[in-house]
Amino acid sequence: MVSTQTLKASDLASSGRGERGVKSLVFMTLLWLSLVIAILFLMTLITNILLEGFARLTPALFTEYPASDPDRAGARPAILGSIWVIATTAVLTIPLGVAAAIHLEEFADKKRWHNRFIELNVQNLAAVPSIVYGLLALAFLSAIGVQDKNIVIGGAFALSLLILPVIIIATREAIRSVPEEIRQGSLALGASQWQTVWRNVLPSAVPGIATGSILALSRAIGEAAPLLLLGALVFVSFDPNGLLSGFSTMPIQIFNWTGRPQEGFHELAAATSIVLLVLLVVMNGIAIYIRNHFQTRW
Amino acid sequence: MSSVATKAGPSERVGRPPAIPQFAGRPRYGEKVIRFVLRIAAILTVVITVGILIALIVPSLGFFSQVSVGEFLFGTRWAPRFAEASFGVIPLITATLWTTTIALLVAIPLGLGAAILLAEYASSKARKTLKPILEILAGVPTVVYGLFALQFVQATVLRDWLQLDTGAFSVLAAGLVMGVMIVPTIASISEDAMSAVPSALRQGSAALGANRMQTTMRVVFPAALSGIVAAIVLGISRAIGETMIVAIAAGSQARIVTGPLEQGQTMTGFIANAALGDSRVGSIEYDTLFAVGLLLFGITLIINAISIRFVRRFREAY
Repeated sequence: MVSTQTLKASDLASSGRGERGVKSLVFMTLLWLSLVIAILFLMTLITNILLEGFARLTPALFTEYPASDPDRAGARPAILGSIWVIATTAVLTIPLGVAAAIHLEEFADKKRWHNRFIELNVQNLAAVPSIVYGLLALAFLSAIGVQDKNIVIGGAFALSLLILPVIIIATREAIRSVPEEIRQGSLALGASQWQTVWRNVLPSAVPGIATGSILALSRAIGEAAPLLLLGALVFVSFDPNGLLSGFSTMPIQIFNWTGRPQEGFHELAAATSIVLLVLLVVMNGIAIYIRNHFQTRW
Repeated sequence: MSSVATKAGPSERVGRPPAIPQFAGRPRYGEKVIRFVLRIAAILTVVITVGILIALIVPSLGFFSQVSVGEFLFGTRWAPRFAEASFGVIPLITATLWTTTIALLVAIPLGLGAAILLAEYASSKARKTLKPILEILAGVPTVVYGLFALQFVQATVLRDWLQLDTGAFSVLAAGLVMGVMIVPTIASISEDAMSAVPSALRQGSAALGANRMQTTMRVVFPAALSGIVAAIVLGISRAIGETMIVAIAAGSQARIVTGPLEQGQTMTGFIANAALGDSRVGSIEYDTLFAVGLLLFGITLIINAISIRFVRRFREAY
């Protein structure tokens, strides 16, 4: 049996149609090439940003304020602004997203059309271009009569709209992966449905929710388009100190400096990009660590 | 017992037990409140959609009371801030078409190549290392891509190395970089679709004497086609909606783009740039933002609906 198979395979190979035929090898080379090109591109990007910005990665970048002279400028308000906006976004979005996901996964009757509609709607929202959320935030803030829209809570509002669907989808997946037996056991012991969700399902789903939320927040921290619409591209030369304070963020600051003619500002933009990328690597690292160390495998 | 219950549909699994008076616990009003709050949170997502529609449509109505729909959709001159203003959106559309097409020419071959490699050829160990590296591309902030497109791809590669006749900006540089950004989107959804093809089909193909390439191209690829189409459609939607790369690297002059080395302003690029100027609420400049936003939202909504439909089909296949 084994020998016949080997014989046939070698026959095919010799006739040029086996795994080692010319066509097959060309095909496989092309496949590898596509992956190698993508990874080379990534390495070029990182090297380029590092070469361009490394010299400006000094303490001054973290302590100085934007200035018209690139040699004296820093990104302090932008770095602090990013932290303010992301923290506010997290506080606004995570409870809301988790609540919506619990409703959809545990309480909603999926046979009802309105619940299916909500699901479809969340899927659709996840693919809406980020700048459209900026337009929504702009229109909403105008409608409630906010004059100066470039405030921390306004930016957080725009980014919350953007990542709410992402958090809902991630939380639903985390809740769905908790096995049915856990719920049945809890219900059989007399717990109500909410007690089951609160004391059994949610604690088991926390690592998944945390991972999904961190990844969603890392998307928000790199986002600039919705904030541009709130007029975030202004000269901010003070530290943000509250929800109603004006702000700038790292992506906005990078965009600002990229548009200037002086080479010094381009170096600052690259240096700020390094800070942003390092922050993203740290956030993703935390997410992966939580996934690997706390997630229960059922 | 448990297996029977597990087989029951998700809607039945936490169903309320029949109300037997002697077993009914005390009424839990607090839980009713909690459920109500959870329901409100879910309904809020619909409110956001309605909010988007109202936010886009109301200023657009103001816009279209001054500019006819035909003039907007078919006009070939875009100059909303000039004294002699003109609101033909065709120049923005041509720039968007150029950047999107260039991006797809990069993203489709690279994305599908990577997906086939990961789903059909790579060992599970190789997949575990390669896939996260590929996913990093999706996590890089778009403003960083924009900086790279402008400084390196446009200024260094296209102008200095290749000596191409191009200015400070081009739709080519923006499109190329955007294409690589979309690779992980196309690769991971297509890979899921191909991995979902049952291995019995592959074994059947191999038993008939096909090699791995033939099995991949003639059996797995057609079987996963609807998922692959969905991935590409989602890629198109991301390319059309991407803002920062084109705002930085594609240029800011709204002219009809006739070649890849020209600069051009896309729909998203216009919204981003116009937002920098101070537009009074209710002015025609302000309303223009929302009219272009409505067009953008409409296009991506249609494309997403197509994508969701295709995903449904491939999920039902096996």
